[in-house]
Amino acid sequence: MFARAETWWTIFKICVEERLVYRGDFALGTLMRFLPIVTQIFLWTAVFASAGTATIQGFTREDVVAYYLLTMLARAFSSMPGLASGLARQIREGEIKKFLIQPIDLISYLLLARTAHKVVYYLIATGPFALVFYLCRDYFHGWPPIEVFLAFVVSLLLSFLLGFYMEATMGMISFWFLEVSSLLFVHMLFIFFFSGHMFPLEFLPDFWKSVIDYTPFPYLAYFPSAVFLGKVQGAVLVKGLVIEAAWTVGFIVLCRFSMQAGYRRYSGYGG
Amino acid sequence: MEGERIAECRLRSAELEAAISFRIPKSKFRICIMSRHPSYLGVFLTFARNSLVRDMTFRANFIIDTISSISWMIMNLGFYALVYRKTSHIADWDKYQFFVFISTTMFVNSLVQAFFMPNAEELSEQVRTGGLDFALLKPIDTQFLVSLRKVAWSSLGNFFVALILLAYSVPRIEGLDLTVWQVVLYPLYVLMGVFILYSIMIALAATSIWLGRNQSLYDFWFYITNFSRYPMEIYEGTWGTPLRQIFTFVIPILVVINVPARLMAKPLSTEYAWMAAFGLVATVGSVLASRWVFNRALKSYRSASS
Repeated sequence: MFARAETWWTIFKICVEERLVYRGDFALGTLMRFLPIVTQIFLWTAVFASAGTATIQGFTREDVVAYYLLTMLARAFSSMPGLASGLARQIREGEIKKFLIQPIDLISYLLLARTAHKVVYYLIATGPFALVFYLCRDYFHGWPPIEVFLAFVVSLLLSFLLGFYMEATMGMISFWFLEVSSLLFVHMLFIFFFSGHMFPLEFLPDFWKSVIDYTPFPYLAYFPSAVFLGKVQGAVLVKGLVIEAAWTVGFIVLCRFSMQAGYRRYSGYGG
Repeated sequence: MEGERIAECRLRSAELEAAISFRIPKSKFRICIMSRHPSYLGVFLTFARNSLVRDMTFRANFIIDTISSISWMIMNLGFYALVYRKTSHIADWDKYQFFVFISTTMFVNSLVQAFFMPNAEELSEQVRTGGLDFALLKPIDTQFLVSLRKVAWSSLGNFFVALILLAYSVPRIEGLDLTVWQVVLYPLYVLMGVFILYSIMIALAATSIWLGRNQSLYDFWFYITNFSRYPMEIYEGTWGTPLRQIFTFVIPILVVINVPARLMAKPLSTEYAWMAAFGLVATVGSVLASRWVFNRALKSYRSASS
């Protein structure tokens, strides 16, 4: 047990260091993430000014901006850049073989590596995030009540797991298809549009909103933000958390299952 | 791969000719052979054909690529359709005028993505792996070679969607009489927009020579062009006005879409006539500046053990 923990700890440390190699590139990337919010503020200011109404679907201009900021925070947890495509590349190029012969579990390794990357990301990004949220504090109506905040934290942590296992499952598909980049692109499109990253999902027609609530997508960005802003409360909030947890468990199982099935299918040649 | 090899052979024969011309000193033909520049158009057409051959080798992938890049734009359009359900105007652009704006964005972006994007991405990779050596050895302008080696034909799918969208929206704009000038100038200004974006892109890609790796190039690109996707009128107020001025005069990305779109959707009033003139200046300026940055960066290039 101790040896095992030490192995995982070593992997974690290596991944952290690997992440810190290209610091310049990384810091630049973190900073850039905040640029779109600026255009969103201007766009929605113009929309609200032209519409001449104070609220659109219950969202004020401030709410919309706060919403976008919160979805960015949520995406910092749930987005897994390069996970599925990296996995696909490893499978295609045969690098995956090392997980078949070493006593290391592929999914746990990936999860650990991703956690390390995220930890480094949060360490570096906390500064800019805090700064932006502080500058934009007028868009928020203060902190939500403690139980709402706890629900928000739970939904964020679940969104990390959901994002990871969903993306990893997408990567496993390449055991069956050699080229999955187009599939991944379509997946990304769905996430972008239906996670609420682009706009608050309330702006969709009611029917679509109610359908999308049952898909895993809103839980990657929309749901945590809506929880924080108090847009979902009481029974709806609990229902949302249950759906999110269910999808997370579903993808954990599916991911493991598809990895096992993929291993059985996989054949590696040469060194 | 086959295609690449053909391009390689062609380039090599050009090199060979240059070498031969050195071996016959005092020959009458020397000057004529020496002064024979590589045919840039010919080389480009070869690149374009090779890329098409490669794309057609994986036809299913090509079709999926086309569909996915179109669906990306349709989602974008869906977003604005949603917004226009809630408001009739965004900063004096009504729905159909804004659709013209979006189709202009699609024209410019599809051209940039088809011709320059894959190459700029590859440049950072070539710098990291040392593959740039091969480009430097070729007897042809390095920036040309590096910028146009690949053509992503599937990105041009959006070009046709943009045409349809434009044809749909323009007749629906109230009180718009299309003049010959608009029809002539619009494509020209779209091309100028492409050149401005290209300049920014190649300058960004060249920074990977200094940074060692520039993986966030694509992100940076997305974020910076993000500003250009909206009518410049939305940048108003204490923060907006300086921002608008920076993105017009320092990094002229607001010129890219705004000038052609305005030209088509709401013909230039005298107030905006200066913008049309400025568009030209901005294009020439960006191209020259990017060439300077590129050459500057190239001087710092250290090959990575090839």
